[in-house]
Amino acid sequence: MVDWFRRTKKGLLGTEKKVIPDGLWIKCPNCSEYLYKRELDRNYWICTQCQYHFRISSDEYIKMLIDAEYEEFNRKIQSNDPLKFKDSKRYSDRLKNAKAKTGKYDAVVTVEGDLSKHRIVLCVMEFKFIGGSMGSVVGEKISRAIDRAREKKLPLIIVSSSGGARMQEGVLSLMQMAKTSAKLSQFHEEGGLYISILTDPTTGGTTASFAMLGDIIIAEPGALIGFAGPRVIKQTIGKDLPEGFQRSEFLMDKGFVDIICGRSELKRLVTRLLDFFIEND
Amino acid sequence: MTKLTFDFEKPIFALEQKIEEMRELSSVNGIDLDDEIRKLDEKLRKLVKKTYSNLNRWQRVQLARHPERPYTNDYLEKICTDFIEIHGDRNFADDKSIITGFATIDKHKVVIIGHQKGKNTKDNLYRNFGMPHPEGYRKALRAMKLAEKFHKPVVSIIDTPGAYPGIGAEERGQAEAIAKNLFEMSRLKTPILIVIIGEGASGGALGIGVGDRFVLLENTWFSVISPEGCASILYRDAGKANIAAESMKVTARDLQDLGIADEIIQEPDGGAHRNPDETARVLKESILRNIDELSAIPIDELILLRNEKYSKMGSWDEA
Ligand SMILES: [Zn+2]
Repeated sequence: MVDWFRRTKKGLLGTEKKVIPDGLWIKCPNCSEYLYKRELDRNYWICTQCQYHFRISSDEYIKMLIDAEYEEFNRKIQSNDPLKFKDSKRYSDRLKNAKAKTGKYDAVVTVEGDLSKHRIVLCVMEFKFIGGSMGSVVGEKISRAIDRAREKKLPLIIVSSSGGARMQEGVLSLMQMAKTSAKLSQFHEEGGLYISILTDPTTGGTTASFAMLGDIIIAEPGALIGFAGPRVIKQTIGKDLPEGFQRSEFLMDKGFVDIICGRSELKRLVTRLLDFFIEND
Repeated sequence: MTKLTFDFEKPIFALEQKIEEMRELSSVNGIDLDDEIRKLDEKLRKLVKKTYSNLNRWQRVQLARHPERPYTNDYLEKICTDFIEIHGDRNFADDKSIITGFATIDKHKVVIIGHQKGKNTKDNLYRNFGMPHPEGYRKALRAMKLAEKFHKPVVSIIDTPGAYPGIGAEERGQAEAIAKNLFEMSRLKTPILIVIIGEGASGGALGIGVGDRFVLLENTWFSVISPEGCASILYRDAGKANIAAESMKVTARDLQDLGIADEIIQEPDGGAHRNPDETARVLKESILRNIDELSAIPIDELILLRNEKYSKMGSWDEA
């Protein structure tokens, strides 16, 4: 659980630290090729050499999937630090820093807009906000988004990127798994379409709740997807993990992902799915 | 009797030993020490009461994991007039860390699902330390679907350090199995009572832990991650689990304060393991009372109430 913590601290993943001082060239963490930043940006942040998918922000996913205008709702719901939690830093300070860094109030953005002319409710998690962890706010915003999709009879799409449940809210974070799953259960019963899109990484309580409950589950290539973090598993079994373990391709092979789709094809695929399932007036 | 003691229990065991010695002295030498012994017994009673009513969170966590603490099958043995265990998920295997079956408790018939830990090393290897694989959650779901079909309430007994983090568990979809249970339990058309008898960590506990009422024995803990897990990530030191337990507010009383727990069952002084029969008696009373109350609610209303309950969980501000 929450394995992202160590890795981002070490700077092995994440795009920020690969930026060469002049900011024009970025080194691919997978194939070590130097890539021209403007080129990368045009190519959905996919390495032109090896197809490695860099992590991108919630704003970029929204821009990529939504046709033009959209309405963001429940933007300003924020954590009130119910446990007054403190580790090496106060949780309230972590929240403040995350807000400053991302411009978001918490780790998910919920919007309503058109995707290839289909009206949809879209939730996109923001990994840079405390590792995309799910606390009360993420749980509540996703729950309200599901309710909105149910009441308006719209398809629901959730793009996940998350280290799991947020420890700083203790049991309240854990309960968000049950809360969002219960909402999806009701949505399902009333015939709603839910497409879950998994990006790197999707682990812990997020995977073990709404991320794995899609009618259709799509994963970006090479994304880390699992319940337990690889470090915890390695520690437990005392052995190295097999090549490709817990990556999208592994999950599809084991039967837990429907489709693997590169980012540049994502909107086209979702459009085809919406065209298939949704009758437009 | 083995005397596993935590530091905070040492004065109690020292006093117990002293009383025992005096009894022996008195019976061997024929000296009348009755008065002395009575005084010490009274002192012991007070010391026990004082010690266990002032435990900090980490001490409660330790008590919740006490190796002599009764586990699911101990309670089933004491509470049920009949129990028919069923095995396997009809798909892959039988997960021994989750017990499922049909229980008769006096006149009541309930479907039981529960984590099962082992009593000793060998037993624990068999039970995988109460850490389920996906097939455990799927077996539990199969039992719950039977409960729904035949209109029997479900009693889910929680006692796990977490879902097992291993290669097979991931290959067979640990996350999917847990998510599916949350999804199904939230709308299962029969009453579900959740009872925490020991420890409950993360999705591994929640995977059989969604229901209408949440009842906890007094010396239990339940949270998003174990105190050790939290400490090793946030404090970079699993040894700071005591601090993590305090910060995360993991005990039964905390859960009551946070609006998650519906009922706390008081344990005998010193914890459930000091008097398993008495613990089983109060547990049984609570189970039957709650099941009766839940069964009296029309099922559609019950599901509505269940969903409202989860809908409200969490704490946030809205600008
Ligand atoms: Zn590359």
